[in-house]
Amino acid sequence: MEEGFHHALKFKTDLCIGCSHCTGVCPTGAIHVQDGHPRLESDRCVDCGRCYLACPVNAIYIEQDDFQTIYNYKCPVILMPSTFSAQFPEKISQRAILSAIYHLGFKYIYEVEKSVDILNEVIRQRLADPDAERPLISTFCPAIVRLIQVKFPSLLPNLLLIRPPMDLTSLYIRRNLMDQGIPAEDIGIFYVAPCAAKIAAIKSPVGEEKAQNDGVINMNYLYNKVFRIIKQGEYQLRDDEFDFHPISRRSLMWTMTGGEIYDLPSGRNLAIDDIQNVSDFLEKVENGDVEGVDYLELRACDESCAGGILCAANRFLVAERQKKRASQKSENVTVEENRLLGYREYLKERISVGEVKPRSMDKLDDDMAVAMRKMKRSFELNRRLPQVDCRICGYKSCQALTDAVVNNKADIRQCIFVQRILEQTDKMTTAEAIRIERGIWGDQKLDKDSMKGLDIT
Amino acid sequence: MNFEYQVEGGDFSHAGSTSSAVKRIMKQLGVDPAIVKRTVVALYEAEVNIVAHAYRGVISVDLDEERIRIVLDDEGPGIPDIGKAMQKGYSTASPEVREMGFGAGMGLPNMQSNMDELKVDSVVGKGTRVEMTNYFTAKNE
Repeated sequence: MEEGFHHALKFKTDLCIGCSHCTGVCPTGAIHVQDGHPRLESDRCVDCGRCYLACPVNAIYIEQDDFQTIYNYKCPVILMPSTFSAQFPEKISQRAILSAIYHLGFKYIYEVEKSVDILNEVIRQRLADPDAERPLISTFCPAIVRLIQVKFPSLLPNLLLIRPPMDLTSLYIRRNLMDQGIPAEDIGIFYVAPCAAKIAAIKSPVGEEKAQNDGVINMNYLYNKVFRIIKQGEYQLRDDEFDFHPISRRSLMWTMTGGEIYDLPSGRNLAIDDIQNVSDFLEKVENGDVEGVDYLELRACDESCAGGILCAANRFLVAERQKKRASQKSENVTVEENRLLGYREYLKERISVGEVKPRSMDKLDDDMAVAMRKMKRSFELNRRLPQVDCRICGYKSCQALTDAVVNNKADIRQCIFVQRILEQTDKMTTAEAIRIERGIWGDQKLDKDSMKGLDIT
Repeated sequence: MNFEYQVEGGDFSHAGSTSSAVKRIMKQLGVDPAIVKRTVVALYEAEVNIVAHAYRGVISVDLDEERIRIVLDDEGPGIPDIGKAMQKGYSTASPEVREMGFGAGMGLPNMQSNMDELKVDSVVGKGTRVEMTNYFTAKNE
């Protein structure tokens, strides 16, 4: 499952203008530019989606399953994050949204966070265990789990290895429907994804064999479909909300920043959002500089899942609507209200996931002696570079270029400053420099005729 | 491979930068994450000791395929009784400082438990030298 690492983010080279903004924002330096287009280094990418947000021409897309596959099942089920309804303006009612989803052909609608009450119980139990590693780190955000795998492998023992709500609720749905006599092969569970990381987690799960869902629908895609149905009024308002509605306050808070720690026993529990903030904080944790912290809720997106890259609405508005809905809910719900709670033992038996393995991206070579030689060389080269991090070489930073050079993936003469220096000492011709630049940025950007007609002297 | 870092006494806001730099190097060399963590925890403790107690210091790191050896030399007041300082719970900190959660007397013992070898020399009124080593292949821990 660790091989053939799956990424949901894909590049459309025909739309790409080769601007390298994606290279600049990638928190793990996973993207460089070659032949005028971005190249993704699969091992480094953690599916956070910063590149998707930064792309000025929407040349990055997030793959999803063909929507038509829902009709392959007699009993298609939609499993959607509670933030889905928070995407819509207040004047569109929950009932209208659900009716439109039924109109699309789904038999049942469930909210992902239905299982949060059970997760909360398990987290409380782990926190009560004095032998558990501290701080316990939440595995809810898949981009963060991957970030820890590639950048902070020494913190892997701190991960709280339990399934996310999406898996638990899915397990419940399947079991419950089968208990009602629906054949397993008729049930198709489709998860509505708010981000690329969740999709990657489904397509290549970390720490378990197989995903619990049968397909993925991107949240913005569903939003567009549902909004259109509502606007065109081509649906019937329905009253049957089935197993949808009753959900506790903590469940609705869960995907918001602070939602996981909102209802944990007093102690030192921190909630941090935005992948750069998380990275900075984990750096401190790794140094042993953070003492006495019990639980870390870490999310890759600003405003957590309200800021998911597939959200259709503004993250602050989504968060506000979500919190408002939560405030109207009761602290606890009964088994009669949330039938999932009747499957407590069944779900708790299945809540653990396997070990998460390191995938260190920093390593220069598997052989330490070779790694040392490469590092020496990298230091020597880097010392001579301008530290401008201009990306003209196609890499995120001077350091990223030198690391690529020592791994024979790049040429130090890709640096425009190095080119100028070599040209001054006749070690490089302008023609050679242009050939190298074309290798990075493509022919078009360096076409000598492209300034024709402009009065440039 | 050798690296050298300067540490300013009293500059608490930048304490930890050497630890982070050394950590990055160890990760790039592919050292076992558990050993990286132990080394960095000890180094961070030692680095903060210089910041807290000395005027200035130099941290020299020597790495080869078998081990990382770190020497921390500081100009400072020195440690009058190293034997006592190595004991768990021994501290020269005032009750006020202890109340704030510092000076629990775990500094050197904590470094010792995270390093395979630790040696402390000190001349009162001149400074302290800490030499510590971790091996990359598990010796008997």
